[in-house]
Amino acid sequence: MDKGHLKVLENEPVADRVFRIRLQGDLVQQMENPGQFVHVKCGPGIDPLLRRPISISDVNLEEGILDMIYRAEGSGTKILSEAVPGALVDVLGPLGQGFPVEGRKTGDHAVLVGGGVGVPPLLYLAKQLVDKGVKVTSVIGFGTANQVFLEKELGQYGKVHVATIDGSKGIQGVVTDILNEQFGLSPSEWDVLYSCGPLPMLKALQVKFQETDKEAYLSLEQRMGCGVGACLACVCSAAEGSEKSYYKICSDGPVFPLREVVL
Amino acid sequence: MTASRLAVNLAGLQLKNPVMPASGCFGFGREYSQFYDLNRLGAIAVKATTLEVRMGNPTPRVAETPGGMLNAIGLQNPGVEKVMSEELVWLKQFRDLPVIVNIAGTTTEDYVEVARQVSAAPNVSALELNISCPNVKCGGITFGTDPIVAAELTKEIKKVSKVPVFVKLSPNVTDIVSIAKAVEEAGADGLSMINTLLGMRIDLKTRKPILANQVGGLSGPAVKPVAIRMIWQVSQQVNIPIIGMGGIQSAEDVIEFFLAGASAVAVGTANFVDPYICPTIIDDLESWLDKMGVNHISELIGAGWKS
Repeated sequence: MDKGHLKVLENEPVADRVFRIRLQGDLVQQMENPGQFVHVKCGPGIDPLLRRPISISDVNLEEGILDMIYRAEGSGTKILSEAVPGALVDVLGPLGQGFPVEGRKTGDHAVLVGGGVGVPPLLYLAKQLVDKGVKVTSVIGFGTANQVFLEKELGQYGKVHVATIDGSKGIQGVVTDILNEQFGLSPSEWDVLYSCGPLPMLKALQVKFQETDKEAYLSLEQRMGCGVGACLACVCSAAEGSEKSYYKICSDGPVFPLREVVL
Repeated sequence: MTASRLAVNLAGLQLKNPVMPASGCFGFGREYSQFYDLNRLGAIAVKATTLEVRMGNPTPRVAETPGGMLNAIGLQNPGVEKVMSEELVWLKQFRDLPVIVNIAGTTTEDYVEVARQVSAAPNVSALELNISCPNVKCGGITFGTDPIVAAELTKEIKKVSKVPVFVKLSPNVTDIVSIAKAVEEAGADGLSMINTLLGMRIDLKTRKPILANQVGGLSGPAVKPVAIRMIWQVSQQVNIPIIGMGGIQSAEDVIEFFLAGASAVAVGTANFVDPYICPTIIDDLESWLDKMGVNHISELIGAGWKS
């Protein structure tokens, strides 16, 4: 973890208001774990003042290239969406604890579940899992067809199921509608589930799999201050029986075992 | 050479430079020790410590504003016992780092007990009496908005404290000078000012406050002019040193606080933007002294109003 300036290689829209920014620099060498994030100063000056936490979507360690996919939603990310190739972006990271992949072995079946701008970190995860011989199935949900992204990229690593709320692409519904027998994804058919997405999605996953004995992980999101665990802005309650009474999402997370956090 | 030009004496506390991270913005130092050697700091003001463990407020706890941020953390901390047995013990490894412990409470008895325990710790150099947290329902700011109440509490703390006591003042008052004078008379060794300004933001989509606590404390560059004005007013009316804070993010800002009357400074929100900000400011200060033709930083204290 350190602070550095990365050079913009490209910054292009990949879906409605969603951009992929490709950055290059030395700091990328440290980005070995999928599911970690970086804290980005979106523009110079004091407005916006704070950094923005953005997940690491993909990494090319050899070439020092980092891909992030973000929605230009607020003042900071809108400024970031205007960064042109050659510009430098102030990045702090990599931060947090990512998706654990160490215990995975050849032949395991991993289900990767993402919603909206929670989908990006699943790509780097899928790549690492496939490298380990793990079978990957992705289940990704969006609002409408024009918001869908990473379907093709995730498709390089395994089967991809898409859900949209309005049914304009894939099945009509949400990701939890796909995690069942009909799609060959009932809990007995996989070994581990990794997920990242909006809070209602994570809550639904927690309810659905809380009582199973399956290994499962949730990546949480929260408004952050420092991003390194000092300011206590982004805490969440730990489930009963956990080691701690609360967790800092930025430094203890953002990835937690599904049963360890209270959403 | 560097050390001597930047060294300040703060109510008997010898600091090698006048820059410290502000309480609440730096935890107990663990996180930022991953970036640099904390011995470089003039001092460290650690997170507010209360008698019992406090879980703080619900989230969201922060909201951004132009040039600033609102926070409503709610004094989350592990309680005095754990602060003493874990955090202060951990900080002992930094042998050249005076530790200032910010203490908070709900009742006078709470404050006194925390002060009694913490001030006896071998590596605590001073206490910062937090009578100005805007984010807790009782205690905090209620002690800091009335000169008589503030003075009474200061007196009680001074009775038990083994180290100098700095009283951290709230800017959310009509007349900060009267409170500053009252706590000086009650025996305060110094002042910290300012704490955050009470503020609020409302989300247009939900039509509700962004912060779960509804209101929060405003910090960052946006509050700097308020801090400068208040330090200017207070420093001319008291004879105890002031640790200035409120939106500092550069050596230039530090100089401005000194000119207003501060004898040291604390850097808060800027740590979140740049984890290296404190050592960067310390490095930059000396070249500013050169630029200004000043031999020693203490020559600048109150130079804005001294004739």
